[in-house]
Amino acid sequence: MSENDNGENENSAAGEGFGFGYGFDTLSIHAGAAPDPATGARQTPIYQTTSFVFDDADHAASLFNLQTYGYIYSRLTNPTVAVLEERLAALEGGRGTTCTASGHAAQMLTMSALMDVGDDFVASRNLYGGSVTQFSQTFKRFGWTCNFVDPGDPQNFKAAIGPKTKAIFVETLANPGGIIVDIEPVAEIAHKDGIPLIVDSTLATPYLNKPFDWGADLAIHSTTKYLSGNGTSIGGGVVDSGNFDWAQNDKFPALAAADPAYHGLVFAETFGDMAFTMKGHAVGLRDLGASMAPMNAFLTLNGIETLALRMQRHIENAQAVAEYLSKHPAVAWVSYAGLLDSPYHALAKKYFPKGPGALFTFGVKGGYEAGIKMVEVCQLFSHLANIGDTRSLIIHPASTTHRQLEPAERAASGAGDDVVRLSIGIETVEDIIRDLDQALNYATGR
Amino acid sequence: MDHDRYPDSLIRDVLAGVKTVAMVGASSNWNRPSYFVMKYLQTKRYRVIPVNPRDAGQEILGEAVYASLAEIPDRFDMVDIFRNSEAADAITDEAIALAPEKGISVIWMQLTVRNDEAAARAEAADLTVIMNHCPKIEYGRLHGELGWSGMNSGMISSKRRRLRG
Repeated sequence: MSENDNGENENSAAGEGFGFGYGFDTLSIHAGAAPDPATGARQTPIYQTTSFVFDDADHAASLFNLQTYGYIYSRLTNPTVAVLEERLAALEGGRGTTCTASGHAAQMLTMSALMDVGDDFVASRNLYGGSVTQFSQTFKRFGWTCNFVDPGDPQNFKAAIGPKTKAIFVETLANPGGIIVDIEPVAEIAHKDGIPLIVDSTLATPYLNKPFDWGADLAIHSTTKYLSGNGTSIGGGVVDSGNFDWAQNDKFPALAAADPAYHGLVFAETFGDMAFTMKGHAVGLRDLGASMAPMNAFLTLNGIETLALRMQRHIENAQAVAEYLSKHPAVAWVSYAGLLDSPYHALAKKYFPKGPGALFTFGVKGGYEAGIKMVEVCQLFSHLANIGDTRSLIIHPASTTHRQLEPAERAASGAGDDVVRLSIGIETVEDIIRDLDQALNYATGR
Repeated sequence: MDHDRYPDSLIRDVLAGVKTVAMVGASSNWNRPSYFVMKYLQTKRYRVIPVNPRDAGQEILGEAVYASLAEIPDRFDMVDIFRNSEAADAITDEAIALAPEKGISVIWMQLTVRNDEAAARAEAADLTVIMNHCPKIEYGRLHGELGWSGMNSGMISSKRRRLRG
């Protein structure tokens, strides 16, 4: 162990390595978290504080000017949240993360950095219903237009790009279920037009798929789901790959032109590949205010420690349940890309070699009424709106998560009347199957 | 020397060994990247001597500005190049010529600055060369500060970092 003239311990576990060589499971437990320098506490402390003292006026000035690393106020950055941010960036193989109060807040923060009034972006129509509503209703009131396209053919994205288009947005593994978007050609289309590909990777988690390996530039997560896994904490984040050059054209003035709120600082010039994450904190969280609470970051970090183990069980159980349902007499169809007859099976092999997630839909014979009946009589499955919990969850999207959509929009996004959505948990798989069996038989009068 | 990736141990040794940095292309504008780096390195107790012909004779952050490396009266260990890759040619040659007299052992070129021919000449003269990196980012990364703003440092440690002071 050596010490430099600042009296700081020079020793790091990265040793003689290059610092980026750790395996996924190691990063899930360690990335971003070191023993607390003040106390030696091994688990990440919950820094439940609004503010941080300055050494002196000059230190304060350096912090406000973004000239040094450090904490000012927990709306911008917080040490517990920062551990989660670094961990997510490490798991995705990205440069940095901005964590937010929710996945929706991450989408809001991301688009606010890219869009001006009158701009538009292109999104897959197969998105979580809440995202469709956010993009088509609330964003519209900011003067941001979202044009939805069928993601089945990548050229549909190309056709929708215009001079004011600032991004393409997709879910690789789409909610509510079974659909996989071929994002590699979509990334190429985006980059040809000098715009980034944004992937909501909530359902995939970096354990199943890393969007940056396929050309995506930003990855959005609702950490509420598999990452936390325990159903305790709402949260979100946007991970920047650091690969997109914001100064390659004049489309992104918030990142590549002088920022009047920082006396003309140009984020892309001063922070290089850290520009998006610096902007996300110094402007996005500062002005939108949707910061993650330290307690939520702590609970989410505890979940992530077991992400790989949980995801293994999630996909194992999901495959078994999907296969069971595909043979059940009360089931009209099953949309799970892990099934051989799924039209997305080839894409599943390409993007999800470990397994295409644990969220899928199926059609119950008897339509809308049978769907509602079925979710109501489940004993093990919880009837609620979340997904990605350790517990198995069930919902009838047409009457709940997707009810704000018009019937045509519902059907287009895979939430038709007979659709039941399952989020398969990590319970004993025989128990999961038994519960579904009794509910299906009751709902269809068998 | 592989200039695409540097081992942490190399960067750590450079940052631990260097005491005085001559910063070529230092700006007196507080909102320029070079000013950020100079101010940060000063707080980490490095002496930074600014070099910029335009501001020669003035002061930046309490240090006199010189027009060239040769005009700096004191010794310095490292030359930090905040100019473009082409300009790094002449600056590196000047540093090689001054190395014995000034005690220069490291040529550091900032992010986006890379000149492999200049680096080869400097290495032939027994100088250590780091290119396309920022000492502020590397110092922050190796000392657990980079992650404070949500960045991926790539560092993992089960050791308690000793506090300053």
